[in-house]
Amino acid sequence: MPDFTDMAAKNLKIAILSGKGGTGKTLLSVNLASAAADSVYVDCDVEEPNGHLFFKPQWNIEKEISVKIPQVDPNKCDGCKKCVEFCKFNALAYINKNLKIFDDVCHSCGGCSLVCPQGALTERDKAVGTLSVGDSEGVRVLSGMMKTGIASGIPIIKELLTQCGSLEDDRPIFIDCPPGSACIVMESIKDADYCLLAAEPTIFGRHNLEMVWSLVRLFEKPHSVVINKCVDQSDPTDEFCKENRIKILEKIPFDVELGTLNSNGKIAARENTKYRDLFSSLLEKIYREVPHEATVNSER
Amino acid sequence: MKIAIPADEKTLDSTVCQSFGRTPYFLIYDIEAESADFIDNSAASSQGGAGIKAAQSIVDSKVSAILTPRCGQNAAEVLTAAGILIYKTESSSIKESIAAFKEKRLDQLQEIHAGFHGHGG
Amino acid sequence: MKQLLILSGKGGTGKTTVASAFIRLSEARAYADCDVDAPNLHLITKHSKAPSRKDYYGMPKAEIDPGICINCGKCRENCRFDAISVNERSHFVDPFGCEGCGVCEFVCPVNAVSLKSSVAGDLMLFKEGPVTFSTARLKMGSGTTGMLVSEVKKQMKESAEETDFAIVDGSPGIGCPVIASLSGADMVLIVAEPSLSGISDMERIIKTARIFGVIIAVCVNKSDTNPENTNRIKDFCKLEGIPYTGSIPFDPMAVKAVNKGMSIADIDCSSGTAVKEVFNKTMRLLFPEGRHSQK
Repeated sequence: MPDFTDMAAKNLKIAILSGKGGTGKTLLSVNLASAAADSVYVDCDVEEPNGHLFFKPQWNIEKEISVKIPQVDPNKCDGCKKCVEFCKFNALAYINKNLKIFDDVCHSCGGCSLVCPQGALTERDKAVGTLSVGDSEGVRVLSGMMKTGIASGIPIIKELLTQCGSLEDDRPIFIDCPPGSACIVMESIKDADYCLLAAEPTIFGRHNLEMVWSLVRLFEKPHSVVINKCVDQSDPTDEFCKENRIKILEKIPFDVELGTLNSNGKIAARENTKYRDLFSSLLEKIYREVPHEATVNSER
Repeated sequence: MKIAIPADEKTLDSTVCQSFGRTPYFLIYDIEAESADFIDNSAASSQGGAGIKAAQSIVDSKVSAILTPRCGQNAAEVLTAAGILIYKTESSSIKESIAAFKEKRLDQLQEIHAGFHGHGG
Repeated sequence: MKQLLILSGKGGTGKTTVASAFIRLSEARAYADCDVDAPNLHLITKHSKAPSRKDYYGMPKAEIDPGICINCGKCRENCRFDAISVNERSHFVDPFGCEGCGVCEFVCPVNAVSLKSSVAGDLMLFKEGPVTFSTARLKMGSGTTGMLVSEVKKQMKESAEETDFAIVDGSPGIGCPVIASLSGADMVLIVAEPSLSGISDMERIIKTARIFGVIIAVCVNKSDTNPENTNRIKDFCKLEGIPYTGSIPFDPMAVKAVNKGMSIADIDCSSGTAVKEVFNKTMRLLFPEGRHSQK
């Protein structure tokens, strides 16, 4: 196994993302983290976290994540409605001398408490999800889950990444990102050192890769592609990468055995040597990619 | 007594708007005076919490009831807190809905749907 | 107009592949792609003309005028979204992090901050004869997907008022965009994957869909990749009283068809035959009296 302590950055953060779900992000992140043996796996797909289904970790810590929601002191409120007018999210309504606060629409910006001339608004905590930390054969697993009905997973992702930042060792961190290219994805890759883009060899795959590729370039993240479930020698995604000179680090062929192991929640790299070798070799390729990229981005 | 109805256009011949929170206009109709006043719905272009904002403007208009095909949970909370009754329209015509209300043929709206948090993020 | 919404929970289960087959089989005159983050339906459906486009404005974003900014730092101190940074000259806002709350504008002692409207996406409407296809694409890094989804559906409804039936290719996940897709739907068909992740996601989606009181049905795609899990899903549906409309096998011909821009209902293949069964069962649930007109 390559020695990553020589790398320019400690706690090398590798984000695995794709334009859409089902392309193999979790397959890759879970297996790469396992192949690295001593690593950290972070599941930022807080709407539909799946990594823990593979690792089945021993959970050590479970923390509730909360956001700040305003609460009103009716004795101090004089009905001026400055807070109602200020709120850009329409989370406040004043009816029958009562201020109504709508938690699920509130963005926790703190603005209403600031604008209230009477100091009638203070803040309380509201649970939006949980963060769990556990271990599975040398891999530290961090998983966040959003409560159903909550609008944004960003506070949970922020907390997940803060937890990674406070680790005291040098272990590489594999970030399993949410699908798409919206704010939750940007939040997940913000501090990544390297991005691995998972793509499918179909016209959908090419189209979705294009979107997430724009994202990583916008954030100036070094990156490469892994095409998953390949059936033919050439495919629309492969063509797209060649046309745009995007490096393809690996083409994983469509493999019934791999698919079955995955659908049964098994970590292929832990099940047999063929897959352990596949993912170790991919891991090595990634490590080789990173140093010369890391020296270019020397702040990392 | 005044009632409010979400309206697609600023005329009594208009259809009832299918959405409460994002209707372009509200008709404020005075039953006894038989007079119609149309107000713009400032919530229509809101990112989120449209139902809440629309409901607040209805409360400020001092109506006793609204006639609507649907209503979200958050908007319903605001309206109910203000003591405003919510009736379900059956017809898509404003004129027919007003007539149905006057003749007490309308039922109160039972199915309040969950909020949409239209803002995402 | 009766709306059939196709959801999957997680991505990659074949939702769009199934949706496109349904569009072909039902000869639907109105359909929409609500996966505004990664719209794909237009890649399979054929359109000869370019669509009409409309800007979609998301939340306004804050902007700091460096000429007025005195670098006092109050904006950064009060920004809950870590969207404000500083350089030697002035403070500046990261438009991707900014949520448009207006706090910075409020606290700035010198009025250096203003909120400006920003384009967050692109709404597109394809209209060819009687057929309407509504879709949109969210600009990278934007939030407000729920509202854009609502706009996509509104656009479709407004353009196809007399149609009896519309198919909506829904958003993946379980959050706002899915909730927005669910509004106005008469029935939801969940395309599930026979994997542990797929089952877990299917359960979460059913929980969300139940709040809306719509007819819910399930089908399994790539069913033969794990027959055991497919049976688990069937048993779950039976227990929960949810109609199971069929199993579609994994079919390499499907990939080939899709890559050529065709739906699986267009070619003779195992997945095509299976999807026809699913289609018939689904339509019987949505139109128990039969579908009256084929306008």
